[in-house]
Amino acid sequence: MSTLRREQVAHLARLAHIDMADDELDRMAGELDVIVDSIKSISEAAGDDVPATSHPIPLANVYREDVVGETLTNEEALSGAPDSADGRFKVPAILDED
Amino acid sequence: MSELINNSAAELSGKLAAGEVTAVELTQAHLDRIAAVDGSINAFLHVNTDEALAVAAEVDAARSKGEELHPLAGVPIAVKDLIVTKGQPTTAGSRMLDGWLSPYDATVVRKIRAAKMPMLGKTNLDEFAMGSSTEHSAFGPTRNPWNLDRIPGGSGGGSAAAVAAFEAPLALGTDTGGSIRQPGAMTGTVGVKPTYGGVSRYGAIAMASSLDQIGPVTRTVLDSALLHELIGGHDPADSTSLTDPVGPLVEAAKMGNVSGLRIGVIKELNGEGYQDGVREKFQESLELLRGAGAEIVEVSCPNFDHALGAYYLIMPSEASSNLAKYDGVRFGNRVLPEGQTTIERVMGATREAGFGDEVKRRIILGTYALSAGYYDAYYGSAQKVRTLIQRDFDAAFSKVDVLISPTAPTTAFKLGEKLEDPLAMYLNDVATIPANLAGVPGLSLPGGLAEEDGLPVGIQLLAPVREDARLYRVGAVLETMLEEKWGGPLLAQAPELAEGRLQTEGAK
Repeated sequence: MSTLRREQVAHLARLAHIDMADDELDRMAGELDVIVDSIKSISEAAGDDVPATSHPIPLANVYREDVVGETLTNEEALSGAPDSADGRFKVPAILDED
Repeated sequence: MSELINNSAAELSGKLAAGEVTAVELTQAHLDRIAAVDGSINAFLHVNTDEALAVAAEVDAARSKGEELHPLAGVPIAVKDLIVTKGQPTTAGSRMLDGWLSPYDATVVRKIRAAKMPMLGKTNLDEFAMGSSTEHSAFGPTRNPWNLDRIPGGSGGGSAAAVAAFEAPLALGTDTGGSIRQPGAMTGTVGVKPTYGGVSRYGAIAMASSLDQIGPVTRTVLDSALLHELIGGHDPADSTSLTDPVGPLVEAAKMGNVSGLRIGVIKELNGEGYQDGVREKFQESLELLRGAGAEIVEVSCPNFDHALGAYYLIMPSEASSNLAKYDGVRFGNRVLPEGQTTIERVMGATREAGFGDEVKRRIILGTYALSAGYYDAYYGSAQKVRTLIQRDFDAAFSKVDVLISPTAPTTAFKLGEKLEDPLAMYLNDVATIPANLAGVPGLSLPGGLAEEDGLPVGIQLLAPVREDARLYRVGAVLETMLEEKWGGPLLAQAPELAEGRLQTEGAK
């Protein structure tokens, strides 16, 4: 399996929406390379016949009655938002102008 | 230091009920202790003085009127700052949430309020619970009360140190890969990770949802049982919550015998890589249990060798997804980049400034493990290993009633020692991680002091899913035998903390 290159880390950082300066990318690539190297043997640990476990104690679909439960008020929901207007979250521009 | 704070929660509960002390006196004694020693420990990120005293006064008033109260009413508690609380800030140890106030209470916090336990404040942790030393907190590290130059473990170093330093008799922690048990081992305290789903996680800020579990942090096994019974049970607000009743945990802790129980020593979690003093203390506990009539057998869990690798794929994968919500829109801080402020750029700048190095590492690692072309090889394989680890547990528990191992391979290491080497830091969780992957309950209790450094060693007990009571039964018996040998609790041997001044240069 390939090791983590700097360009790859830059791509992953973009996917994860984290700005990273050049020196941070270099450092991160080095550190992640060591970590990935140490865990990559995992891909050979289990045979094809072993089923995957996503949840330690599997529960079937969990439903509740379709009634209004306890909810936050509009004010409460917006209380921790960096910006809001007219009872809604206020978001910076979605699209670039250019 | 007031003698009052040396008591266990069970003893304090008795003193309150007998009228030997008021809840206000008791809460004030702990607040005084926090004021006196937390400058050097840094266990607390927020101290909740006014509310704690008000709740204590309510308890005293209710008691004087003869109202029926929960046994823990008036017994103060500290809450890991990953668990949301109305009226107190919740930071998760991150700049991202600095100053944020939750509009709702976690279910466990509601239960604490219903029992009228004064909340002393919020305790320090590695940012978003990612770490084994509490050094990844954005608000400075917590120090180990046994030696201020040592880490208290992590991520819940704040809760463990608070309890070890007698700043609180009880605390809440969260355990994703050992964050309750490993700090317990490092600080000579007791910590329990209940069966997955046994305690509601509603209101615990999620790191890895298939692994996270809230549990008790205390100084005695019985105290953990008391707190576990209070916080456990079904919660419709957490769809992974089990519908089983909590079970007679306090009764189990009071049973007082292990004769005829089969206890399995996990071959893979002992030996190479484990500090000499840790192995010695572990052997000593095995001998005591054998002497009490338990049958000690060796069992092998061969797939545990892959547990750390599987964990460091599953945990970051889930964390990268869970932490996507910190986007600078709905809660937390927003950072505006220079130039045009589109939402994409705001997110990038907010997450760059808001997250620390370890959180970024894990998000990138998780994003990698989940990305096209790698998903099957990494995340998919890790989930298969998870099945193998569950099978190892199943096979082991078909032969024995509980499993036993050291909680961590070493005693508390020095602050800064592993900060530049993430992999060395991760290795500290090698013995605690299998329980999270399989959902089984685990308890760590102090097993003595390592000869070479005089620092606490943790003994870990593991039981099958839903059999948490067995941990309390065996843990309490071992604790009693060890304390008889030591002539009192292990924490009585901890160095006295100087009150009212900083002890180490650079603290706080």
